[in-house]
Amino acid sequence: MIYVKSPMVGTFYRAASPESKAFAEAGTKVVENTVVCIIEAMKIMNEIQAEVKGTVIEALVENGQPVEYGQRLFKVKQG
Amino acid sequence: MIQKILIANRGEIALRIVRACRELGIKTLAVYSEADVQSLHVQLADEAICIGGPKSADSYLRADRIISAAEIADVDAIHPGYGFLSENAKFAEQCESCNIKFIGPKSKSIKMMGDKAVAKDTVKKAGVPIVPGSDGPVENEAEAVKIARKIGYPVIIKAVAGGGGRGMRIAHNDISFAKEYHVARNEAEKAFGNGAVYIERYIEKPRHIEFQILADSHGKVLHLGERDCSVQRRHQKLIEESPSPFLTSDLRKKMGKAAVRAAEAASYENAGTIEFLVDAKGNYYFIEMNTRIQVEHPVTEECTGIDLIKQQILVANGEKLSFDQGDIKFEKHAIECRINAEDPSRNFAPSPGTIGLYYAPGGHGVRVDSHAYSGYVIPSHYDSMIGKLICFGTTRKVALERTYRALSEYIIRGIKTTIPLHKAIMADPVFIEGKATTAYMEDFMSRTPPDLFS
Repeated sequence: MIYVKSPMVGTFYRAASPESKAFAEAGTKVVENTVVCIIEAMKIMNEIQAEVKGTVIEALVENGQPVEYGQRLFKVKQG
Repeated sequence: MIQKILIANRGEIALRIVRACRELGIKTLAVYSEADVQSLHVQLADEAICIGGPKSADSYLRADRIISAAEIADVDAIHPGYGFLSENAKFAEQCESCNIKFIGPKSKSIKMMGDKAVAKDTVKKAGVPIVPGSDGPVENEAEAVKIARKIGYPVIIKAVAGGGGRGMRIAHNDISFAKEYHVARNEAEKAFGNGAVYIERYIEKPRHIEFQILADSHGKVLHLGERDCSVQRRHQKLIEESPSPFLTSDLRKKMGKAAVRAAEAASYENAGTIEFLVDAKGNYYFIEMNTRIQVEHPVTEECTGIDLIKQQILVANGEKLSFDQGDIKFEKHAIECRINAEDPSRNFAPSPGTIGLYYAPGGHGVRVDSHAYSGYVIPSHYDSMIGKLICFGTTRKVALERTYRALSEYIIRGIKTTIPLHKAIMADPVFIEGKATTAYMEDFMSRTPPDLFS
C-alpha cells in the first residue's frame, strides 16, 4: 500500500471542472504519469500525476479541501 | 484590521512572533518544513501548514508555497522574520500584489537598501557619513586598483549583493589586492549569483554600532538607540549590548539623527537597522541598512521597554506610532548572548542532535528567547542558533554579572554549545572594561586556554 502525496500547497480538486468526471476513483488503474487530481495554487490549476503504478483504493481528501506539502491524497495498491 | 498572520520563518523568531500575536489577539499560521514538525512554534501556533522538505530551498525559501498557504488559510499578513525571504524584494512585491500585508518595509525600500552600493549612495545624499570607497561597483581590475590606491590601503572588497558578513575580502597592498579582487568576485558570484563588487577603506579595529529604526506609514521615523555588536567571529555576531559602552550621549545624538536621515532617504516604514562602523576617535561611517527585524532586537526591547514585534504588527496595521523621539528612554543596560549548537573547541563545528536535559535560567532581569526544550531534536539543515539569553539591569555591571550568573545556571545536555564561551567572555577583563572592538574575538581566542570555553 502506498500513497500519492501532495507536492505543493493549495486546494485539491477531484476533477478538471465541477461538471467533469473525477480523474481517479476507487478501482481506477494508474501508471506513473496518470493525472489523478488537480491542486490549485495561486490561481493556477496544477495537474498532479500519480508517480506510482497500481490501483486506487480511495481518495483521502475531499473535493475543494486545502492540502499541505506531503499530505496523503490517495491510497494506492501497488502493482 | 489584521486578524491572522502567517509566520514565514522557524526557530526562536517564529516563536517570538507567535507570542506577540497571542498578546495582540491575532491568530497565527505556522508554515513549516518536514524537519520542523516537532518545533515549538508549530505546536503553539493556531494553525500549521507543511510547505516542503527539510532543505530551506524546498520549504522556507519557497515563496510560491508560502503565498499559497496564505491564500488557503485566508491570512491578512505575513511576518517574514529574519533571513530567508525577509529581505527578498520580489517576495514583498508578491505579497503586495496578492493583497497580503508584508510586515516590514515597502518592497522598493528593500530593493534600494539591498544593493549595498545604491544604499551607500542614497544615504550619502542625505548627509550621512559613509566609508570612503568606490562610488558603486567597480567595472574592472584596472579601475579597482586605481580606486584602491586613491582610497588608501588597507581596503576591503565587498559583494554588492552581499550581507550578513559574507562576500568580503581585505587587501593591504597592490599585490594582495590583485588576488583578493578575483577571489571576492568568484565568491560573490557563487554565493549571491552576482559577482559585482565595490571597494571601501578598511577601518582598523572598528566598533560595530547599529541603530534601531522604527517608522510608521504616516511619516514618523524614530530611532530606539544603538546596539554594540563588536563581539563577532568571522563577521557573525556573538554578543550584543545596549547601550554601547563606547558612545557618549553627544555621539549617540549625532548618530541617532544620522540613522533617522538614512531611513528617511529610503522612505522607510516598519522596523529596520542602520549599521555603522565607529573608529577609536569616534568617527562613524554608514556600512549598510538591514530592512528587517534583527536577531538582536531583544537587547533594544529590554533597554527601552518597547516591544518591537508588536510595534511591527501595529505599524503594518496602519497605526501611527504612539510615542515620539523624546519619549524613548534608555533605562536599562541589556546584554545578549547567542547560544549556538556549536563546539568552540572544534573550530565551532555545528553540533546538531537531540537535547537531553534542557534547563533555562530565570530570575530578575533574565530573558530567554529559545525554541529548545528537553528532548528537542535540532535539525541539521538550518543555522545553529538554538536560543538567545538576554540579561539586563540598571547598570552595565549588573547586566554583566547577571549574564555570568544566568549562563552558570543554563543547562543544555546532549550537544555542544557556546555557553562556556560566553561565560569566559563575561569574565574577561577586556570585555568587562567595555573595550571590545571587532578585533576582540580573534585576540580573545588567541590568549584564552581552550579548556576555559569548552
